[in-house]
Amino acid sequence: MCLAVPGKIVTILEEENLGLRRGKVDFGGIRKEVCLDYTPEARVGDYVLVHVGFALTVVDEHEAQRVFEALRELDQLEELKESAP
Amino acid sequence: MAILSCPLPQPVTDRIVLAHGGGGRLTNQLIESVFLPAFSNSTLESRHDGAVLSANGTRLAMTTDTYVVHPLVFPGGTIGDLAVNGTVNDLAMCGARPLALSAGFVLEEGLSMETLRTVVASMREAARAAKVPIVTGDTKVVDKGKGDGLFLNTAGIGVVVAPKPVGPESVRPGDAVLVSGDLGAHGIAILSVRGGLEFEGEVRSDTASLWPAVEALLEAGIEVHCLRDLTRGGLSSALNEIASVARLRITVEEALIPVSDVVRGACELLGLDPLCVANEGRFVAFVPESNAGHALEVLRSQPVSAGAVHAGTVHETPPGIVTLRSRVGGNRVLDMLSGEQLPRIC
Amino acid sequence: MKFLDEYRDYKAVQQMAQAIRRSTTRPWTLMEVCGGQTYTIVKTGLQDLLPEGITLVHGPGCPVCVTPLDMIDRAVAIAQRSEVILCSFGDMLRVPGSTQSLFDAKASGADVRIVYSPLDALHLARSHPKREVVFFAVGFETTAPANAMAVWEAERENIPNFSMLVSHVLVPPAMEAILSSPDCRVQAFLAAGHVCMVMGFEEYVPISQKYRVPIVVTGFEPLDLLEGIQMAVAQLESGRAEVENQYARAVRRSGNHPAQERIAEVFEVTRRAWRGIGEIPSSGLRLREAYRHFDAESRFAVEFVHAEESSECIAGLVLQGLRKPYECPAFGTRCTPDTPLGAPMVSSEGACAAYFHFGRRKEDGNSILSTATAGH
Repeated sequence: MCLAVPGKIVTILEEENLGLRRGKVDFGGIRKEVCLDYTPEARVGDYVLVHVGFALTVVDEHEAQRVFEALRELDQLEELKESAP
Repeated sequence: MAILSCPLPQPVTDRIVLAHGGGGRLTNQLIESVFLPAFSNSTLESRHDGAVLSANGTRLAMTTDTYVVHPLVFPGGTIGDLAVNGTVNDLAMCGARPLALSAGFVLEEGLSMETLRTVVASMREAARAAKVPIVTGDTKVVDKGKGDGLFLNTAGIGVVVAPKPVGPESVRPGDAVLVSGDLGAHGIAILSVRGGLEFEGEVRSDTASLWPAVEALLEAGIEVHCLRDLTRGGLSSALNEIASVARLRITVEEALIPVSDVVRGACELLGLDPLCVANEGRFVAFVPESNAGHALEVLRSQPVSAGAVHAGTVHETPPGIVTLRSRVGGNRVLDMLSGEQLPRIC
Repeated sequence: MKFLDEYRDYKAVQQMAQAIRRSTTRPWTLMEVCGGQTYTIVKTGLQDLLPEGITLVHGPGCPVCVTPLDMIDRAVAIAQRSEVILCSFGDMLRVPGSTQSLFDAKASGADVRIVYSPLDALHLARSHPKREVVFFAVGFETTAPANAMAVWEAERENIPNFSMLVSHVLVPPAMEAILSSPDCRVQAFLAAGHVCMVMGFEEYVPISQKYRVPIVVTGFEPLDLLEGIQMAVAQLESGRAEVENQYARAVRRSGNHPAQERIAEVFEVTRRAWRGIGEIPSSGLRLREAYRHFDAESRFAVEFVHAEESSECIAGLVLQGLRKPYECPAFGTRCTPDTPLGAPMVSSEGACAAYFHFGRRKEDGNSILSTATAGH
């Protein structure tokens, strides 16, 4: 049960009349209003994963890079092997 | 036709269900089980967008279409220009220069005059841009509650200028599959204003006349085997219908199929497949591989097909199937939808 | 789109697939739990990239598929009441009940509307004070925070004409049910990444230890799934059985606290029947006493016809990964997306529908796909 899509927070509407904390999130050019109550730490510019109108986590950009670093290392290893006499 | 209307088909269909109008599997079943047997003739059985008839040595194309889209007005168009362009395009897909259109209106009691004027104005603009006059028409009004605001039927006649028959029966193994531009804009434009699913974004319907692109191909001497405009059911439906009638296999490369960023974003958000989303100003063309390069040049010189790409190929077997090589290199069958796509959360 | 496109990169995916091929020395059977993961696997043809020995079986992570028959019937009966606007996610509308689906009900005049979020249903309740707005709350833990918030808001704003038909299910009890079955052939799990995004993955540690199975919390893009498979295979090949987190860009060990708190405030654990599998204790959520006045089941006492499931439908076996869809005698013939016998053929990420649409059919013993793509 799982369609959560990454989007960038463009604006945050702070509490008015104790309303839910909302933000405008951009998904590749599409903008939708999203509830940010479950990601109180999220700031404008952060990427969040959104499921049925709710941000459920802030994307950890450092972790996101990890797999590509590992693949790059793998690539270099392969090149070394190939160029070894 | 409301995009999200898709009731579960019942095992024994003794009643019409909304999915019968979806453009997919059930629509085809309805045509095959009710209409074809009743009206049987060879012209009808070729199942192409328009009918090609001979009159005193001149080949004429004839087509009709009924529009029930909701909402009546959406970003980039109205039911009106949808109808004009849709009928012009059906004629173009037969290789015919559009000559004239008719327009039949079924208006629901209570429809606002302003809405009607907006729709009619957009028809005027579309007809002017397509250089096709609306020469005759009809108007009926039904009781409130019996119509969805406005139903519009347009019929069109054209003169066939393509030298050879244009249709699935002319498709050959080895043919190149050309897609005229980016997909999904119309369907997403409609969704962007549907209650419950709205979002903001610059998505406008791609409704447009395709005749200039087809005319350019024919004038350049390209051997055009088949043309099909992409409407409900998107690229997937069109390719499946052609593969089925031609008894051939069509393959496409997902990575080569253009989709604009905003359409992609909307599809990701709603869990939709852009290959199955409706279009109103895009078509596929089947030409011999040797003509593909030239055909692409010609298409790209026309504004309506500036984004044309060579997206796939025709093979012999297994017949009637469309396969897709995904962006990551795996393969799958691109199946026709049963009914319309629904947004998903899972 | 950032954080999507990179995980669909051709070169990266091919590299990861190669890494799996290099480290696989024996056949292994893995289960991906979530329907969204099944969808990606079948849609991208990911199985083509895996070595012969790796078998993926598809788990019951399709809440649409596991929603009990009588819950659909109840939703239909409620929708047919003239004062009701029934709101639902798109996924649910085509699932067959005993006699009809929600969309059949809509076609016959019931006010059934598709919404993107439960908050949209709440909005409808505010703007239609004379109608009863009922939200059909189906889902795993991923969707529970959203549904909990809708109820909490309704309580706070005192919106009397809003209610929820709750059919929430929980993943870990389902995994245990599968693992404790004597027929279980699953050797490792790819756990549902977005469920863990909410709940964390602490609760998988005892399961992993008790049954000695690797469990890798995995995302949904092709590269995520391959990396998850690679991590699971690495564990299997070296005889380890631990919980690992492939989807670390989204999942933290303890999950999302504010979400868990809101869920705990509004819902409590209860037993649930899973369509095709049967009742699993402590595997569902229901509204707590304090919020029970928003429960549509008690608000609307409805009569409906109880009917038996089609005896041909082997949904339960498919959902537990004990059969592939094409091993069902009715698959593709009597049971198709147009004429479904059970939920996995209708739901967009149900295993049967996925196999049907994306080509894993068997004709004359060969998949259409393999004969078609032999010359690709």
